[in-house]
Amino acid sequence: MSTQSKRGVQVLNEALHKIFGARDDVYLFGEDILDPYGGAFKVTQGLSDAYPDRVITTPISEASLFGIAAGMALRGQRPILEIMFGDFIALGLDQVVNGISKFREMYDDQVTVPLVVRTPMGGRRGYGPTHSQSLEKLLLGIPNICVVAGSECHDLGALLVQAVEDERPVFFIENKLLYGRVLRRPEDGHIGELAVRESVGLYPALSFSGTDFTEASATIVTYGGMLPLVLDAVTELILEHEIFCEVVALSQLLPMELDAVYESVARSGALVTAEEGTLTGGFGAEIAARVQAASWSDLRAPVQRVAARDGIIPSARPLEDAMLPSVDDVVAAVAALEVVRS
Amino acid sequence: MAALQTFYERMFFIRRFEETLLELFSLGKLVGTTHTYIGQEANAAGIIEHLDPDRDVVFSNHRCHGHYLAFTDDAFGLLCEVMGKAPGVCGGKGGSQHLCKGNFYSNGVLGSIVPVATGIALAEKKKGTGAVSTVFLGDGTLGEGVTYESLNVASLWQLPVLFVVENNHYAQSTPVELELAGSIAARGSAFGVETAELDTTDVEVIHEAAGRAISRIRETSAPYFLVLNTYRFSPHSKSDDQRDPAEIEERRTRDPLLVAGARLADAERSAIEARCEERLAETVEAAEAAPAPAAAPEAA
Repeated sequence: MSTQSKRGVQVLNEALHKIFGARDDVYLFGEDILDPYGGAFKVTQGLSDAYPDRVITTPISEASLFGIAAGMALRGQRPILEIMFGDFIALGLDQVVNGISKFREMYDDQVTVPLVVRTPMGGRRGYGPTHSQSLEKLLLGIPNICVVAGSECHDLGALLVQAVEDERPVFFIENKLLYGRVLRRPEDGHIGELAVRESVGLYPALSFSGTDFTEASATIVTYGGMLPLVLDAVTELILEHEIFCEVVALSQLLPMELDAVYESVARSGALVTAEEGTLTGGFGAEIAARVQAASWSDLRAPVQRVAARDGIIPSARPLEDAMLPSVDDVVAAVAALEVVRS
Repeated sequence: MAALQTFYERMFFIRRFEETLLELFSLGKLVGTTHTYIGQEANAAGIIEHLDPDRDVVFSNHRCHGHYLAFTDDAFGLLCEVMGKAPGVCGGKGGSQHLCKGNFYSNGVLGSIVPVATGIALAEKKKGTGAVSTVFLGDGTLGEGVTYESLNVASLWQLPVLFVVENNHYAQSTPVELELAGSIAARGSAFGVETAELDTTDVEVIHEAAGRAISRIRETSAPYFLVLNTYRFSPHSKSDDQRDPAEIEERRTRDPLLVAGARLADAERSAIEARCEERLAETVEAAEAAPAPAAAPEAA
């Protein structure tokens, strides 16, 4: 059965079963992950029945769970920590900033800390200010960790398998909407009408083009749960404005590797960044800084950023919609580039 | 049981090592900071005698030199690390508070280390190594909430953790009366953890109590909470000390070196001290001669 017809939650669940079957040093920690409940988002379903000694339900103690996972990893195990909502990583950041990310380098490479933190991020489900955030940008400022966020067009299962194999600490970000969406992998180099290229590397970037990568008016770089909105915007720009954009969907947010973006900007001469987190000090800000340094001579317009407003994510649907970046915001950002350039 | 001579030698060496660090600081030969263990040596010597460096694990805190020396006996690696020299045990990257050698780890954020030591105990239990994971806390650490999460988990999952609280009665400059409510020992028993409390600087008494604690952990694989009321004669770090000198002097009458030394013949004690001084002088000379680390070329 191909992944094309599966939802994100099923793909991730199957990957976890595969990982547990392949390695006996993998442990899963988290709140409410035992069967029959199987986790708040059901990603861990069936694991505790199959591997009761290695799937460990925990108290509601995120701060210490990050440390416990670190201790396991320091002693040669491969812990996977499920944090029920990404918002709760804030409780464990001391462990990440002052321990997990530092042990290897400050102990002069005598140790590694191969742990994976899996956590859902993102809004559009009405969960309100403390259960809807995309806090990836807090992690992007931490040296020596890896931040991975797949999209519905990535091979999510392969990304998770790779994260567990990684010797570095990996944050594996799962946008909540991915769980319920049917994944769409490229077939014959295409997803729908768009040509798709997948970069080489542990955590590939996907590049999309409506012109088979011959020409583009702008590049839009994004990740995770923003990708379907960006693809909708690209379709609208083609159909209604005859503007062709390339899209780069990163899955490795940190360490930041932007070769696919630089290559695309060399063709398009303009860049829009699109993220679901709040604007200031974010994913787009870092990419803008890097692209202006690397691709200054290619750029014909200032980089445009699309992001959530700098505020809370309200619970009520119309208020949440107004807060989070939309398809219209992406279209408007590309249109703004056109205005600047004309 | 280790002979009293052995305990005295370990404690005396730690004492002189730490005093030497303060001297080197005053001479401008050290940078950064250091937190000396002067006055608390009997705790490290008495407990760590029961641990097997090839199997057991120690996680220490900012005041880690005494624990490190008692567990690894690596004075040269530690001194070079604190002096910022290339042969330092972490190549000069960690400095005084961030050490790692074999099964010894330390880190500089209070409380942070406690869940990590708990996770280490879980790993060792799952691997079936029989290791005890010892973590050194102070009275100050008890202000950090993550400590209590860890006690809960260690008890809930029955993990082989020895929680040692060295209550030296001051969190930096703040007396324990201004930082802690309630009983320290009751913090362990509240979580269903077997607890013992001592108020002594006698290394032999500490050694005996620690032996009971570690035997219990090895028998049951359950955690143990050992409270050692102690005192540091030296400042929190280098010269930051506003305590009443009379209080310090009174405590010095119970100096662990005096207590243990009184049980040794003068000649024996002098011979031990001379041996330590000689070893320390050689260590300092070698560390001073060691090269500084070269900065690595810029990472890709």
